Amino acid sequence: MTNLVSKRVVITGLGAITPIGNTPTDYWDGLMRGQNGIAPITLFDASRHGCRIAGEVKGFDPHEYMERKEAKRMDRFAQLAVAASKQALADAQFVINDLNAEQVGVMIGTGIGGLKVLEDQQEINLIKGPDRCSPFMIPMMIANMAAGLTAIHTGAKGPNSCAVTACAAGSNAIGDAFRLVQRGYAQAMICGGTEAAVTSLSVAGFVACKAMSSRNDDPAHASRPFDKSRDGFVLGEGAGVLILEELEHALSRGAKIYAEIVGYGMTCDAYHITSPVPGGEGAARAIQLALKDGGLAPEQVSYINAHGTSTPMNDSTETAAMKKALGEHAYKIAVSSTKSMTGHLLGGSGGIEGVAAVMSIAHDKVPPTINLENPDPDCDLDYVPHHSREMPVEVALSNSFGFGGHNVTLAFRKYVK
Amino acid sequence: MSANEIFEKVQKIVADQLGVETSAVVPQASFQNDLGADSLDTVELVMALEEEFEIEIPDEAAEEILTVQSAVDYINNKVTASA
Repeated sequence: MTNLVSKRVVITGLGAITPIGNTPTDYWDGLMRGQNGIAPITLFDASRHGCRIAGEVKGFDPHEYMERKEAKRMDRFAQLAVAASKQALADAQFVINDLNAEQVGVMIGTGIGGLKVLEDQQEINLIKGPDRCSPFMIPMMIANMAAGLTAIHTGAKGPNSCAVTACAAGSNAIGDAFRLVQRGYAQAMICGGTEAAVTSLSVAGFVACKAMSSRNDDPAHASRPFDKSRDGFVLGEGAGVLILEELEHALSRGAKIYAEIVGYGMTCDAYHITSPVPGGEGAARAIQLALKDGGLAPEQVSYINAHGTSTPMNDSTETAAMKKALGEHAYKIAVSSTKSMTGHLLGGSGGIEGVAAVMSIAHDKVPPTINLENPDPDCDLDYVPHHSREMPVEVALSNSFGFGGHNVTLAFRKYVK
Repeated sequence: MSANEIFEKVQKIVADQLGVETSAVVPQASFQNDLGADSLDTVELVMALEEEFEIEIPDEAAEEILTVQSAVDYINNKVTASA
């Protein structure tokens, strides 16, 4: 292990299309204001569903980022990823050309992929018959296509893959991209997560497994992580993308540096398909591994962007995991769940929450947990209730956990020479 | 349905399917060479024409439909034959 290449990796560009803003700046401003992004579902007729609210992306026009025909050939999850990737590259002022194309890769995770097109085509299959199915169904639906299409639209010819680890997918993608740059397999990676699963079948399925909030008459207060009266997650959609770049490469072109990514911890509960292991030991190990990977002590951690889904199980278990991993210092860390504002973007959440963690370091401010009116006695950390906070942020962690028992923690640090 | 009506319907479908301006969909335009269609686009276009005109276009026939005019001619023959 001692001969492994180990390069420093920094974040030089951000892209975000979210339920509270369609650029990284609007998203960040929304987080700072404690803006609610949850409202009644408009993307499909949810009148017969047990959950009728979601964090939808509002006013997204794919034609700002791609030709009309190209947009028509993509499921929304891929449109969002391509758009966020273009934002991030433009933000980094990173130009992909013949000289560097093979050194730039893409790693974009998603929990589900193109579910909308699958649902539409299955209806055609059943009603009109199998020979009426679109030749674009498969390439629109398959989960790797956000990464594939992002490469097609940006010219990035380097390493390219897709994490599909449910709600941990976006963070896995960022962590895997970090490793590739760290080990010298790429100079830069376009990485993050995307999801567009506000669809009839998806909501039906999540309602059936009792994971969703049924606070349909009060959408603004439905996502309430760590609160005693939380009753499930609220689905969100969107994409968050980071440009990870090898430090010397970034410095040589005078890039602005938001932060450094220093740690990636990944574990599995090996316990249950949907429930976290009681006590959160799997998540605790992910946090510890990320700290160890980054050479960090618990006392250095300023902020944690929690997974914080607002399900009864997650929030108390994640709290136990943070205490187990960070000891007494856990009580001194600002912890917030931005899902209180955006809802839960499944595989997209690691992307936009990675963006939030990086921005918190860049701005020395942390986003709040809104709707935290009566904290659950089992949730006794500092969750930054209601209002954002100005504070020095040296190290920020981002937690993401997924069905299947996947646990991922990323560690970001303020960049110093 | 007159040949002109067929052309106008085909023009609209082609423009919509291939994401091009209606004015570009002239009779002599080739789907692949002039209007940017790839092999999957062509499959989808033929399916859209089948639905619009309620006809079946067998694969062998579809392979011969390379231009807007050839589509109009094929449909015109089919529609006239069944009328």
